[in-house]
Amino acid sequence: MNFPLPEFIATSASHPWTYVLFGLIGFAFGFTLEMSGFGNSRKLAAQFYFTDLTVLKVMFTAIVTAMVLTFGAVGLGILNFSQVWVNPTYLSSGILGGLIMGVGFIVGGFCPTTSLAAASTGKVDGMFFVFGGFFGAFLFSETEKYFDHWYTNAGYYGRLTLDQVFHLPIGVVVLLAVLMALFMFWGAEQLERIFGKRDLTKEPKLRIAGAGALCLLALTVVFIGTPSLKEKYNKLTFTRTETIPQVNADPIVNTYVYSADQMLEKRLVQIAPAELFKTVYNQSINLIMLDVRSESDFNLYHIKGAINVPLASIPAIIPDLLTEPPANSVFVLMSNDEAAATKAWKQLSASAVPNVYILEGGINNWIAFFGKDEGFKAASSIGNDKLGFIFPAALGSKYESCDPNPQAYEALEFEAKIKLQLKRDKSGGGCG
Amino acid sequence: MTTAPIAKKNIFNRPEKPYANPYLGGMVLGIVLFLALFLTGNGLGSSGGTTRLVAFIEDQINPAHVDRTPYLLKMAGGDKNPLDDWIIPVFFGALLGGFTSGTIFGRTKLETTKGPNVTNRTRWLMAFLGGTIFLYGARMARGCTSGQALTGGATLAAGSWAIMFAIFGGAYALAYFVRKLWL
Repeated sequence: MNFPLPEFIATSASHPWTYVLFGLIGFAFGFTLEMSGFGNSRKLAAQFYFTDLTVLKVMFTAIVTAMVLTFGAVGLGILNFSQVWVNPTYLSSGILGGLIMGVGFIVGGFCPTTSLAAASTGKVDGMFFVFGGFFGAFLFSETEKYFDHWYTNAGYYGRLTLDQVFHLPIGVVVLLAVLMALFMFWGAEQLERIFGKRDLTKEPKLRIAGAGALCLLALTVVFIGTPSLKEKYNKLTFTRTETIPQVNADPIVNTYVYSADQMLEKRLVQIAPAELFKTVYNQSINLIMLDVRSESDFNLYHIKGAINVPLASIPAIIPDLLTEPPANSVFVLMSNDEAAATKAWKQLSASAVPNVYILEGGINNWIAFFGKDEGFKAASSIGNDKLGFIFPAALGSKYESCDPNPQAYEALEFEAKIKLQLKRDKSGGGCG
Repeated sequence: MTTAPIAKKNIFNRPEKPYANPYLGGMVLGIVLFLALFLTGNGLGSSGGTTRLVAFIEDQINPAHVDRTPYLLKMAGGDKNPLDDWIIPVFFGALLGGFTSGTIFGRTKLETTKGPNVTNRTRWLMAFLGGTIFLYGARMARGCTSGQALTGGATLAAGSWAIMFAIFGGAYALAYFVRKLWL
């Protein structure tokens, strides 16, 4: 079984249990917050006067506990991290919004979820905070249009995790986060001793054992590491549906789940030159053509708009492919035939880059299809992913067939294989 | 000035129990967060629920206005139901969970939690104002302490860590100036 469970990624009327599960998660969430004292604004505000640092202790214990368990599960290969919601990074609106939240926190004495715990236990100030919150959300929705461009673009880095920022293995970052949290707990207790006059000798000794256990778990996460590309590749699944029209009845929709190797064997990711050509002019798709051949072959002939990324450089561009382009991006890989493009396809797919396809038959097939009137001379030795034609000069994309005239190829027949799999809605997860 | 809250009516007359140890509470919360990520791929949150409820109410009163407001359009434009989202059951579950815990441990009572030197009325006004400011910031940052700091913190989202430090920074920077509210 592979987690997260696809049925539970969003609520859906066709799976009523999703409402129950999310309701239970919310229930446990509210229960633990109230249990920890987060229904009391005075206890929350005390965090900022160093007398009682419960907020910091609860928050960071929760963060590192969840972190260790999550990346442990990712390392063991039972949790697919690319299916886990990671808040996209919008640095500018995030930091300004965070500062505003801090102001609201110290003025109002709650944060949104703790105000729910307070209001539901009869705290009048909690109820006022909740009502204020509705008004704040209303104000934001009314004013967002005045800074929409800044809000959606400023400091946008997409799905960016700290291991990418620091160029460290994920396990090491997890261990560092745990150590930082433990250091903060120690500091928090010292502050409570000084400002809150708390007697630390009365604190339960068990917390030391807990700290040790956490470190041990974090070390285990470092040790198991993250699954290799090959392991991720073997776990890949693709869903394709087939609709069979019925006479006088709803069409039958069959859903098939294929492994990555099956996708290649059944040739479901190899798109015909005609489909690639039509996709160039499809306004709803952001097409990115990656030419994985050597620079010299690329200079001899390439499709207009293709970017040259030799096969060896593919791993280096994967982080950009995962974060930068918009959700409707489709990547098409091409080599002289299909060998190098297929290797690149395996790498990209295993790294969870969505919507990756291969140009069927490669550049040679493209030339055979669009360039038959240009009289290119066929090369004497063909095969083995070599360029099948001889070019007297390195004219790149200056040939007519590099950018075929759309009017001349109005009607093309091909089997459409591109199925746009949208990334999860940017504003859909997290607190969104 | 009295320090005790005015109306102390314990709904179920249970003896009031002390709060759980913060490390224990945090550990349980962490396990809940992990299960949410593990089973559903989504974390925890609540401010999104507030926004969706606002969008829902506005959509009942003035649907044309919703269709003209870009931010609401995404959630409630056309025939979209803003309440059709995982965060809504989480939102109401959290209300129920908080109530259950408060009732079991004898803390469900009508009262106002506040600093010793402010009146109830000031506290209510400040709570409303704080809620307004907080949610405005939470929507700007695309998530609050739970959706960003907790969830993004656990998944190592870079932006969420920046937001988390910004929240603490904003609160600490202002704490001295509003100390009369709390001390």
